[in-house]
Amino acid sequence: MIAPGDAEAKPRQMPADSLSSGGDRQRNPIYNQLSCLADNARSFIRVNGLMHIPDGYLSPSTCAVLYASAAPFWYVALRKTKKMLFTRLVPLISVFAAFSFVIMMFNIPIPGGTTAHPLGVAIASIVLGPWASMLALSTALFIQAVFFGDGGITTLGANCFNMAIVGSLIAYLSYRALAGRSAITSQRRVVAAALSGYLAINCAALCASVELGIQPLYFKSATGAPFYAPYPLSIALPAIMIGHLTFAGLAELVVSGGIVAYLQRANPSLLRFSAPGIPLPQEEAQLVTRESGWRTARPLWTAVGLLLVLTPLGLLAAGKAWGEWSVHDFSSPAARQEIAKVSQNVTPPAQTPSGLERLSTIWTAPFPNYSPPFVRKPAFGYILSGMFGIGIIILLSTLINWLAAKTRHGPPGAHTRAEET
Amino acid sequence: MAARMQSRKSGFLERTTASFVDALEHTFYAEETARAHGLLQRLDPRVKLLGILALIVPAAAARSFAVIGCLFAVTVVLAGLSRVSFSILLKRVWIAVLLFTGVIALPAPFVTPGRALYQLPWLGWTITSQGLASAGYLVLRVETAATLCVLLVLTTPWNDVLKALRVLRVPVIVVTILGMTYRYVYLLLQTAHDMFESRRSRMVGNLTGRERRRVAASSAGVLLSKTFDLSSEVYLAMQSRGFRGEVHILDEFRMRRFDWIMLAGFTLVSAAAFWWGR
Repeated sequence: MIAPGDAEAKPRQMPADSLSSGGDRQRNPIYNQLSCLADNARSFIRVNGLMHIPDGYLSPSTCAVLYASAAPFWYVALRKTKKMLFTRLVPLISVFAAFSFVIMMFNIPIPGGTTAHPLGVAIASIVLGPWASMLALSTALFIQAVFFGDGGITTLGANCFNMAIVGSLIAYLSYRALAGRSAITSQRRVVAAALSGYLAINCAALCASVELGIQPLYFKSATGAPFYAPYPLSIALPAIMIGHLTFAGLAELVVSGGIVAYLQRANPSLLRFSAPGIPLPQEEAQLVTRESGWRTARPLWTAVGLLLVLTPLGLLAAGKAWGEWSVHDFSSPAARQEIAKVSQNVTPPAQTPSGLERLSTIWTAPFPNYSPPFVRKPAFGYILSGMFGIGIIILLSTLINWLAAKTRHGPPGAHTRAEET
Repeated sequence: MAARMQSRKSGFLERTTASFVDALEHTFYAEETARAHGLLQRLDPRVKLLGILALIVPAAAARSFAVIGCLFAVTVVLAGLSRVSFSILLKRVWIAVLLFTGVIALPAPFVTPGRALYQLPWLGWTITSQGLASAGYLVLRVETAATLCVLLVLTTPWNDVLKALRVLRVPVIVVTILGMTYRYVYLLLQTAHDMFESRRSRMVGNLTGRERRRVAASSAGVLLSKTFDLSSEVYLAMQSRGFRGEVHILDEFRMRRFDWIMLAGFTLVSAAAFWWGR
């Protein structure tokens, strides 16, 4: 850690000095002071952006209602995460809340040259799930409000309700809906994360603007002076939403999409929570090798099954397949005419080719003409032999696969032993 | 001019590191003043928490300028007696709030319907008394509440603030989470600060907009991975020290006569503010 003395000296030197091209700026202390003050104010406004509603903007009754609305969510979230994480709850939520706090301080460059602060609600929901995300964000908001005075104490319930609760639920649900069952490393998840971040922050802003907008409606003096936030919905709604639909929304979009894209490359296991039942990239590779019999060859097996079913169609086909002529076909005039027709009018030799005649006697298939002798009906015999043939092919290929796998990996015992050493 | 614009554009790294340093600086100052010997520092944290909440709520609820003004005056006196520097309050709270809430309240006098007080010479906009009153309420309320909140933090070590939350029946587990979060906020701030500093030191020239966004998002991603590693390490460390999920908090606060007197004082002021500010 930096010693307190260092911290006093350091901060004012850091920003804008080293890369700043204007030399006159560095020399002029008044300019430095002014720009520093302006920077502070800018960052203060950016951090707040009226998403972190300060004390005094909402009437105590509105605050009470929103505390009461947030309480059941906090209760359920605590119970659910306790059940899920057991003793891990405290360290995981604490450290993640600290991360949420730090991410809210990032300046995200958005298209157009300006920067904005993200909320990080989508990434928290994607990585931790909506309930744990609610707890982590509420914790971060509490520390921001109480320790750093960013957001109020009486309005903490409202801020947690808008950002932590509504934000987390919207982000999680929209991410799950948009990402569907796509692979963990798919581009679709990046887009889904970006859009869910954009949606979540805008829903949170909508809640905040409605809460602020109803204040002058209900709380004003006898002469009509509003006691709290002074603008009606017709002004509050567009004023807040325009800022969030553009700057803040874009910052959230960039951060959510960018972090998911980064995690896909560097640490995909963190994206597993919001993708139940979808294997990780390494697991996918393992699955392919382990279950090569079924998973990867699924289309092939489907095709084989289809062919099997369609085998009887062979009965409907007229004539013989080209080249599948028997010795007798060369002597029969009808068959000779058929051969000439399918061979572009090249007449077959008058004599049966001697090689064919000689070889045909060597091998008598067990199912001559595909019709086993014990089968009376030739059509049924044809189907049965077709299926039998496919069965033999499958059996053989399985055997070859098994042998090949065995020679590649060695005996299973040797493999695990090698891993242990 | 173009070069200047570009250098300003690439300043997101600087701005982010500056905000980290700002947060760190805030903590160091808070820790320093919490150790000083002032009125509020001597007070039992539970009394302080309840007392300050008892002042914030009427400040947020009061419907009279005089009452909110009095509460603000009480706050300033408390700050003075607790040796909190006014220049820090001015810079960190009063000017900051005025810049933020003041800007927000600025159009209120013009858009709120009511009795016209004055018409701007060229623009023709009218300022209404109701609008002016509402802007006044907002700014005064926010100033008072923010000063009270800052006063609590500047005069109480953070762990004591959290332990005092038990008075409000906040579950022990939540108090523990808040305490640990605070601890790790600084570790992660430091980590993030170092990451940005090292990135800056390796950077020559300007990045394009796309690259800047990629750097920012990747840095956040790296920080997220580090966060998870850290949480696993913390968990293992806690387990190895016998953590089984139950949390106990040492309750070493003792109420003295001074604390009772102050509690009575806070209650009185709060009740009076509620009564007059109805």
